Amino acid sequence: MMDLMNVSYDTQIPNNVGLSSDKRVLKALEKWHPGYINWWNDLIPDNFQQSLVYLRTAVSVDPKGWAKFDYVKMPEYRWGVLLAPQGEDRKIPCGEHMGQPAWQEVPGEYRNMLKRLIIIQGDTEPASVEQQRFLGLTAPSLYDMRNLFQVNVEEGRHLWAMVYLLHKYFGKDGRGEADDLLRRSSGSEEAPRMLGAFNEETPDWLSFFMFTYFTDRDGKMQLESLAQSGFDPLSRTCRFMLTEEAHHMFVGETGVGRTIERTCQVMNEHGIEDPYEIDKIRSYGVIDLPTIQKKLNLHYTLSLDLFGQEVSTNAANAFNAGIKGRYMEHRIDDDHQLTNDTYVVWDLEGDEAVRKDVPALTAINMRLRDDYTQDASGGVGRWNKAIEKAGINFQLKLPHESFNRKIGVFAGKPFDPDGKRISVDEYAKGEPNWLPTPADGDYIQSLMKPVYEPGKFAGWIAPPKVGIDNKPGDFEYVKLHMA
Amino acid sequence: MSKTIDFQTDPSKYRHWRVAYDGDVANLYMDVDQDGGLFDGYQLKLNSYDLGVDIELADVVQRMRFEHPEIKVVVMRSGKENVFCAGANIRMLGGASHAHKVNFCKFTNETRNTFEAAEEDSGQKYICAVKGACAGGGYELALACNYIMLTDDSTSAVALPEVPLLAVLPGTGGLTRVTDKRKVRRDRADIFCSIEEGVKGQRAQDWDLVDEVIPNSKFDETVDERAREFASASQKATGNGIKLDPLDRKIGDDGSIVYSLVEVDLDRAAHKVTITLKGPDSEAPATIEDLEALGDQSYLLRLARELDDAILHLRSNEKELGLVVFRTQGDGSAVLAHEKQLSENADHWLAKEILAYWKRVLKRIDVTSRSLVALVEHGSCFAGVLAEILWAVDRSYMMDGEFEGDNRPMAAIQPSAANFGRFPMGNDLTRLETRFLGAPEAIETIKAKTGTSIEAEDADKLGLVTVILDDIDWEDEIRIFMEERASFSPDAMTGMEANLRFAGPETMETRIFGRLTAWQNWIFNRPNATGEDGALQRYGTGIRGNYNIERV
Repeated sequence: MMDLMNVSYDTQIPNNVGLSSDKRVLKALEKWHPGYINWWNDLIPDNFQQSLVYLRTAVSVDPKGWAKFDYVKMPEYRWGVLLAPQGEDRKIPCGEHMGQPAWQEVPGEYRNMLKRLIIIQGDTEPASVEQQRFLGLTAPSLYDMRNLFQVNVEEGRHLWAMVYLLHKYFGKDGRGEADDLLRRSSGSEEAPRMLGAFNEETPDWLSFFMFTYFTDRDGKMQLESLAQSGFDPLSRTCRFMLTEEAHHMFVGETGVGRTIERTCQVMNEHGIEDPYEIDKIRSYGVIDLPTIQKKLNLHYTLSLDLFGQEVSTNAANAFNAGIKGRYMEHRIDDDHQLTNDTYVVWDLEGDEAVRKDVPALTAINMRLRDDYTQDASGGVGRWNKAIEKAGINFQLKLPHESFNRKIGVFAGKPFDPDGKRISVDEYAKGEPNWLPTPADGDYIQSLMKPVYEPGKFAGWIAPPKVGIDNKPGDFEYVKLHMA
Repeated sequence: MSKTIDFQTDPSKYRHWRVAYDGDVANLYMDVDQDGGLFDGYQLKLNSYDLGVDIELADVVQRMRFEHPEIKVVVMRSGKENVFCAGANIRMLGGASHAHKVNFCKFTNETRNTFEAAEEDSGQKYICAVKGACAGGGYELALACNYIMLTDDSTSAVALPEVPLLAVLPGTGGLTRVTDKRKVRRDRADIFCSIEEGVKGQRAQDWDLVDEVIPNSKFDETVDERAREFASASQKATGNGIKLDPLDRKIGDDGSIVYSLVEVDLDRAAHKVTITLKGPDSEAPATIEDLEALGDQSYLLRLARELDDAILHLRSNEKELGLVVFRTQGDGSAVLAHEKQLSENADHWLAKEILAYWKRVLKRIDVTSRSLVALVEHGSCFAGVLAEILWAVDRSYMMDGEFEGDNRPMAAIQPSAANFGRFPMGNDLTRLETRFLGAPEAIETIKAKTGTSIEAEDADKLGLVTVILDDIDWEDEIRIFMEERASFSPDAMTGMEANLRFAGPETMETRIFGRLTAWQNWIFNRPNATGEDGALQRYGTGIRGNYNIERV
């Protein structure tokens, strides 16, 4: 019998889906594999490819011990196809098919909808690796470099997971789409990634931390909703991806946290009380808190855009079809069909942002976004605790949903971070205080000098409290290949 | 939806389209203002359109012909990022009455046909540059262009998702142009029309859904290049263009309309409208330069514009007037003089455009779903192009002999050379050929009478009119006919007339107006689409259409 907990290594592609006995899909994946390896090799600078990185690799889907740590060269990383164990007698959790047995095969009537969701999800996974490809060159420590690469290889594995679904369940079309996932490329003029936020380069490490905190959290919420899918293979795939995703959130939250910690520390060391003494703070080579707030404003609002329109037919269709659920669907106390429910969303009446009741089914995106905002505010609270503990009078906060939006009812409309409708002139005047300016970017860039000595950290960021895999502070997380 | 729809607009009022003129190429950008819907209750997101958007497009297309004869190639493109056009607005369709949907589709079909035919009629070629999603009515816009270019960014696709998404058809020529114009193999067309996401990249070209697939980085450049190539290969007759000023139009409180050459009188109690066309109020211009100097005021152009507007107005705003009576009054020979000047200069851009416009207006009459009747009275001028109306209508009645107290010139019909090929119907036959499908020799006899005035008895013998009536019978017979007509079911009338009008061969055009539209209108009436639980009504709610699976 197939061991679904542990990963089979008897094919080129580690998996717990019995690939060795599924010749058709194995063949398809093996055909896709070289393209993937080329993509990977062309992506990240070569000396990092040759370096030994202390990475975790999924060896099981058992929540009690699913990963093992070891040194590995990234191109030799065992990207596998891993699905969470099949729940016994799982039922479709929402929509018009609620209560029916979860689908083990693609229902023909929802083939397109499913395929589209998987493609969009799949498109974001390699995109972030592309966006972050040059960050290794400016890593503030080997610890951070290792975390970056861990995130990268796992995003790569998530791509594998989506490609497996396309190959296994969507036939020739699916294979074509899997090829296109490698053809599109972040920021490419030829074939850009599907979502706007994934076509911007991640220019510096603070952006990387903000990205993993805010944008990967969007990814997490999307995975959470797909984990509720009535299409069981998708649900199982996403459930396992979520275990890995937690680390990405961790990298983001602690990365921003350590940046804040270091800034506070330096301010205290030099007796700076006013967080707005920006020039003085910067003269000590750390990133002032107002600039961190600006970065937060930018990344949070970009991430809100990823949730799409406030009122969405596609989201409604997907929920009602049972293809996509809500965050923690099983914990929600309602009929899970939303036949007569309403949900409050933002709308625009004249110049005024107003709250309006709409059919809950059409507001699925907003519900997920509200859950996201709540989820994202947790870390912000912890950052503020650290600032408070350091005795500095400053609070980070999430800007209002109307601020800096490109999608939805507020798109292109001037609102300030508190959600007040302002004139175009007022916006232009306020913008340098709300969003990072080119000068802010230049300053942050000036700090981005690599630190490759084990146990050492760049001056703008504090060391972590504990090491990865409980390793000591001076552990050599990456054995650099410096040929 | 009961407000009056005005089909007249001009560039100063556009909300949805922009044109950038660049030598002999025009770039036509669709950039729909989502808050600019004709009615309340929907937003025109993602470059989706309603009748208002299409009225502007029709105006653009018309002005391109008359105001910008220097333009040889029009490049249709999107003014929005990531989307070409999402097609007709679904919420608008969901909320619209059946009659509005049908009128909307008819008008959009006519506009598609107009820019599609612009290349053949006057050498103005429409090409389509597709970047972003191009779905449903969006792809139908592209299909009506004569060259489709698609970017290969691995996302942009062409699609006809109506069937899987909305349980209706791509009814603005979509199904028909895929098979008849682009000649996509029927089984591939079957796949194409069943998949929401459509077809992208190389496959779109392999399946003949587009003419050219271009790498994204070279797309804009290649489109410009192609436009230049087509323009330099074009033999189009060009000129300086004339301005189309607002129509001289007065709408009375009772709904009657008076134009400079057209009068529209309503008889609501009898569900009847009478359209009277006046003969020339000036002599035919002596030279083609004189014609140009007259701008939009030359007789046949002014008459065509006014008649066109009247027909469109009645179709959308006066749906209970089921019987349309055409009359003319004026000097038939003067009509012929104006027509002759155009025919003799048919290579001149303006003469060519006016004649081609008459072809379109007459076709508009052909597909108007009203009982059409013409009265050939004393003093009338059914000559040449105006005589076509006699063979467009369902029945015609002609005065025979002297009428007491009537001193107008004796009723006569004057055929001209233009009646034998200048104004083909949608079936590609002339109205006379369609009329005499079983007796082609009759056409030769009529041809021999070109330039003469044919009075009632001869007209009857030649089969040019339905019935001739003398003084004694005229009033009563016509009254009885009209009362009888008004008593029939409007639906049965529409169906019967549409079937009887288009004898003879099928063309892509007749298949669009006949087959595709008829099926679409049937589906529009079926619960699976428009019932409370139908897919069109439910679209946007997240709940699928609940289909009655019985095949009919």
